[in-house]
Amino acid sequence: MKNNDLSIMIGGEAGDGITRSGLLLAKAFLRGGLHIFGANDYQSTIRGGHNFYNLRVKGEEVYSQADLIDLLIALNDDTITRHESELVPEGGVIYDGEQAKMTPQRGDLKLYSVPLRRIVQDLKGRLIMRNTVALGAAIALLNYDLTLLEEVLRDSFEEKVADLNVAASKSGYDYIKKNYSADFGYRLERQRSGHKMILNGNEAMGLGAISGGCRFYAAYPMTPASGLLHFMAAQERNYEMVVLQSESEIAAINMIVGASFAGVRAMTATSGGGFCLMSEGFGQAAEMETPIVVMVGQRPGPSTGLPTYTSQGDLRFVLHASQGEFLRVVIAPGDVEECFYETMRAFNLAEKYQLPVILLTDKHLLESHFEADPFDSRRIKIERGHLIIGEYQGEEGYKRYRFTESGISPRAIPGTKGAIVLANSTEHDEYGYSTSDPELTTEINEKRFRKLSLLIEDLGGIETTKLYGPRSADVTIISWGSTKGPIREAMRLLKERGITANFLQILYLEPFPTSAVERVLDEAKKTVVVENNLTSQLSSLIREKLLREVDHMVLKYDGRPFNPGEISKRIEEEM
Amino acid sequence: MVTLGELGTPVINNWCPGCGNFGILTSIKSALVELGLEREEVVLVSGIGCHGKMTNYVKTNGVHSIHGRTLPVATGIKLANPDLTVICHAGDGDCYDEGWGHFSHTIRRNLDITLIVHDNMIFGLTTGQVTATSQEGFRTRSTPHGSIPPPLNPIAHALVSNGTFVARGFAGDPKHLQKLIVEAIRHRGFSFIDVFQPCVTWNYLNTYQWFREKVYKLEETEHDVADRAKALVKSLEWGDRIPSGVFYKEDRPTYRDNLPHIKGRPLTELALDKVDLSPIFKDLM
Repeated sequence: MKNNDLSIMIGGEAGDGITRSGLLLAKAFLRGGLHIFGANDYQSTIRGGHNFYNLRVKGEEVYSQADLIDLLIALNDDTITRHESELVPEGGVIYDGEQAKMTPQRGDLKLYSVPLRRIVQDLKGRLIMRNTVALGAAIALLNYDLTLLEEVLRDSFEEKVADLNVAASKSGYDYIKKNYSADFGYRLERQRSGHKMILNGNEAMGLGAISGGCRFYAAYPMTPASGLLHFMAAQERNYEMVVLQSESEIAAINMIVGASFAGVRAMTATSGGGFCLMSEGFGQAAEMETPIVVMVGQRPGPSTGLPTYTSQGDLRFVLHASQGEFLRVVIAPGDVEECFYETMRAFNLAEKYQLPVILLTDKHLLESHFEADPFDSRRIKIERGHLIIGEYQGEEGYKRYRFTESGISPRAIPGTKGAIVLANSTEHDEYGYSTSDPELTTEINEKRFRKLSLLIEDLGGIETTKLYGPRSADVTIISWGSTKGPIREAMRLLKERGITANFLQILYLEPFPTSAVERVLDEAKKTVVVENNLTSQLSSLIREKLLREVDHMVLKYDGRPFNPGEISKRIEEEM
Repeated sequence: MVTLGELGTPVINNWCPGCGNFGILTSIKSALVELGLEREEVVLVSGIGCHGKMTNYVKTNGVHSIHGRTLPVATGIKLANPDLTVICHAGDGDCYDEGWGHFSHTIRRNLDITLIVHDNMIFGLTTGQVTATSQEGFRTRSTPHGSIPPPLNPIAHALVSNGTFVARGFAGDPKHLQKLIVEAIRHRGFSFIDVFQPCVTWNYLNTYQWFREKVYKLEETEHDVADRAKALVKSLEWGDRIPSGVFYKEDRPTYRDNLPHIKGRPLTELALDKVDLSPIFKDLM
């Protein structure tokens, strides 16, 4: 009997409510004090196709989906065909035997046929409720507490719908208890229950934005960043924000530049394709020294690529996007806590240094479900930098781009008494008037870049990199972004195989934390870069910044996130 | 209240002598004086092209933005702070070519912004190529055999995009233009003025003389500015006689009027901290 350690997959067609049921089940586990991680996989279609949700549940903290499935909930035949081979020996399958035109081929599997459709029809419910019946059945098999699922259903749906769903889950539960003796080799038990949240990266970023003082959000829908637009729109009236879906990504970035010029913390989000359209406006923010925050959620390219899958192929793109030379900050959170706190910090950095900040994420981080304790907004104080509001009292006329020692010019917002504020995308003098004078051009370029030394000093006080595991290890894994979860799980697997690993997470990719990375590389016995791309863009960045080669690269570029076992196996092969 | 003198800047004006932009510059400055505005409460947003230098020549707040994007920049400013008087200056290439995608959308949102398009029917600053409003058959450096498609009709487009103030002015009649600008800025909602602005260097066809022979004022006719369908008919009038003045005017709530939770308050005045996230945290449990 395996206790409190399980990997469940729910699969079906688009429109079957796969992600929603995964989330409901995850919540039921979380409320019982268990730990969860959930990832969805779906195609770019509203109906049909194949969708699945991978839910990992464990007695201790868990950071990623697993390599294999212990229990498969198959809402259609396709799910069985596609995922049968991923089941562990003697794994379980819940399916609707009355509807299925086939049964799994493997003889070792434990089959639990539940008449999902018939139960829903008897209850006079909508067909989509088949998934709730299956959830009840799964809870019965796992000997878990059904009341926890009932609570979640009651909190998630309005009364009538909740009643039906509770009845559906109960029917599924009873059906298993009545027809199958408890022979499934997995059991989930309630632990000390906690008050944890379950949320995805988009929601964590939205919380970070609201908490970080964002009052203007404009965006154009694009997977996987649309979730942030939905979140912000839902909260618009609760938090005195303006949230607007613009006519294009070009409009979105120019709107936030306008709002920020007017003195409001403003943000947009998109994916690589949308960021292509934003590149010119992004450079405008840099030239005008107008603070903006842009979240780029990666998916595989080039071009439309795989719209609903994950990738880390846009690192080089965001590092260099837009013409000319200018300062930018690129932050790559790896989990929901970092999504929250780094989004808050992004607004501070943008305003203090009057530059554009990118939060680089991907589909796996933005749409997977993580557990987290409620965030603490007070951990990051709002710092607006050198901002003039109300009245300007300088002796000379106000100069938006005053040449200062730090390179940071006091920033008045329009409407400030005594200050005429002129921002200019054309090269300009201290007042903001256009110029093509060679000396002024040199001087203002140097002014803008002078900000870098203060910025670096500032970043010295925060964790721009993180080291997980022992200082000295057989192998040092280096990565950034959403690979963090599977890497942390892979470290556990390597340990079981007698290999100690540590993991250097690079959170700030620009300005690159050269010395922090160097310190770890100096002590590393063997280095492996893990990335969701084909050309290992981080390795090339390390080469560029440190003139050093890493020993190995573990790369994946099929649109899917790493499973922990893929990482540990390939590292083991290199040892 | 600002005076004409205070609106001047030290920047040397380098538009071509006789450029239609001078008429617009005079009109906007006089309009700001007539409206009794302060320099600090006005933001001019310009794009790229000869018109773009407006922000260098008028001493108010300003954003000299990138090509084609004055409208979204202005949208952000106005949504952030409704107390600011936001005026966009754009060129025909800027607004009707590069930035055309923003035109209808900004109009239908009906934010309280004024758009003045310096429409000279040619690219000036890039030394003479066709724009969206160039006449059919117009020969330029990029169309040596004559421009093939017919010009687009900005007035008609503004009308069918549910514009609430649609007008046409002429840089050769700055007094009339000043009147239109004052009325446009006073209009509570999005106001749009397409301004015929002769380019004395590159546009050999649409000259001051050409416009003077054709342009007449709608207010001197029986035109009813409250009738969108009739305005649309007028917008199609092109040839020996071309109408100017206000085509259509309507009072309609602005986009920001429909945001009851901020009630006309500038977002800049909101406290950034003291945000209570606990209701969302609870929802996520």
